[in-house]
Amino acid sequence: MSLNTIAAGASPLALFRDYLQRGELAYQFDAASGQPVFFPRVIAPGTGNAVEWRVSGGKGTVHAATVISPRGEPPYNVVLVDMDEGFRLMSRVEEVPADAVRIGMRVRSRVHTPGDGAGAAPYVVFVPEAA
Amino acid sequence: MTQHGLKRGACAIAGVAESDLGEVAAGLSPLDLMGQAAQRALADAGLSLRDVDGLFATTSQSRMPTLALAEYLGIRPRYHDGTNIGGCSFMSMVAHAQAAIQAGLCEVALIAYASTQRSLGRANVAAPDVNPYESPYRPLYTASSYALAASRHMHEYGTTREQLAQVAVAAREWALLNPQAWEKEPLTVADVLGSRMVSTPLTVRDCCLVTDGGGAIIVTSAERAKTLRKRPAYVLGVGEDLGHYSISNMPDLTVTGAVRSGAAAYAMAGLKPADIDVVQVYDAFTITTLLFLEDLGFCPKGEGGRFVADGAIAPGGQLPVNTSGGGLSYCHPGMFGIFVLIEAVRQLRGEAGRRQVAGCDTAIAHGNGGTLSSQSTVILGTQATL
Repeated sequence: MSLNTIAAGASPLALFRDYLQRGELAYQFDAASGQPVFFPRVIAPGTGNAVEWRVSGGKGTVHAATVISPRGEPPYNVVLVDMDEGFRLMSRVEEVPADAVRIGMRVRSRVHTPGDGAGAAPYVVFVPEAA
Repeated sequence: MTQHGLKRGACAIAGVAESDLGEVAAGLSPLDLMGQAAQRALADAGLSLRDVDGLFATTSQSRMPTLALAEYLGIRPRYHDGTNIGGCSFMSMVAHAQAAIQAGLCEVALIAYASTQRSLGRANVAAPDVNPYESPYRPLYTASSYALAASRHMHEYGTTREQLAQVAVAAREWALLNPQAWEKEPLTVADVLGSRMVSTPLTVRDCCLVTDGGGAIIVTSAERAKTLRKRPAYVLGVGEDLGHYSISNMPDLTVTGAVRSGAAAYAMAGLKPADIDVVQVYDAFTITTLLFLEDLGFCPKGEGGRFVADGAIAPGGQLPVNTSGGGLSYCHPGMFGIFVLIEAVRQLRGEAGRRQVAGCDTAIAHGNGGTLSSQSTVILGTQATL
């Protein structure tokens, strides 16, 4: 587990993406309150405490799901995932038909790096845990 | 017990009006529509622009709406407020106007809003903030956020798409009684279910309209309101709640801040849900009506779907809800809260024509902003409630 506090002047988003570049889904932790923090910030919400970075085990459960079918494009899903460490994030579930995603489905994370265009930032997606 | 200095019945809404609605003449700007609505609302109250000393305005189409509107109207208000928390900004502005009036900062407050989102295209007038933790997944703004909440409500409480559709059907039945409404044709549950899917489980008929339009409201002291042209709609209670901004950060997708804003408004008003004669809530999507019926205490949590299933909120039902036809069928120029307030006032005055609720002395007007984010509630009453 990587553990370091955020340095003054550093961008939480840039650090989050640094972890993604290494294949890791990072989140923050307020050690004083014992609460996980997501999305990444320069201070902990509610307390103003310093935040530590931690790396998630990547396992979670689909909390809510919707499927969007744009005209002339394949459908895709948008989900909220509750990670086992106690934070929630928006993402999508891949490797299953868009409309096969179910609330309660166990999923694990994978880093997606867009192939379209230089500088496109990586982001986290999910696949069924068993896949 | 109310923990602030706002006094029940100290202020009233004395004038209300819409601007042109629907698809307005080409080239009309939001400022034109706000000016038109302002003049109509002032005339409704029997006041003129010279009386306005407090200016409250917002629109997604101006960076500095109060400045732009003061210039347009040629007024120099003593007090101003450009609060933008989405569609419930106007309920909050009623609360803020009352605070300003009670503090002597102004006496006649004009609250105004307008949008030309139908003419210009919604993406051109209200582009969402870029959120690096959500934007990569391409959720539709705002439909997918409400769809996620609906998916959770269905999962936890067994709410069905048919029950959601009943909300749209009831809104349409009310709209057919409102000559101002955009929608003119009947709607069935089957129509809703068979419409184009936008973001599951919500079809286009589960989603609010995209129209142009504006509205204006005049708030003044109760003493002043009594001297004006129309019967005052007294402000009995107000409540506000600011929650998350992005849907990923909503603590519980099935419970909104309306629980808190409603409780504050009921406490100030000294009323409970059973005392309310007519309910107006911002129906951005069918799921929002269900959530607010639950969170404002008209049915237990999770029972919203079953509550609306048999026409309970349609004309002739046990609880009149969104008698204008709402954002689903009357008009929806973006931040709909101002129209929620306008309809509540018209019901209290007995001006609602064929859709008038008999014996209407109390009304709740509830607004929603963002992605079930901000919630603001105003409870209004006639002279009989003072």
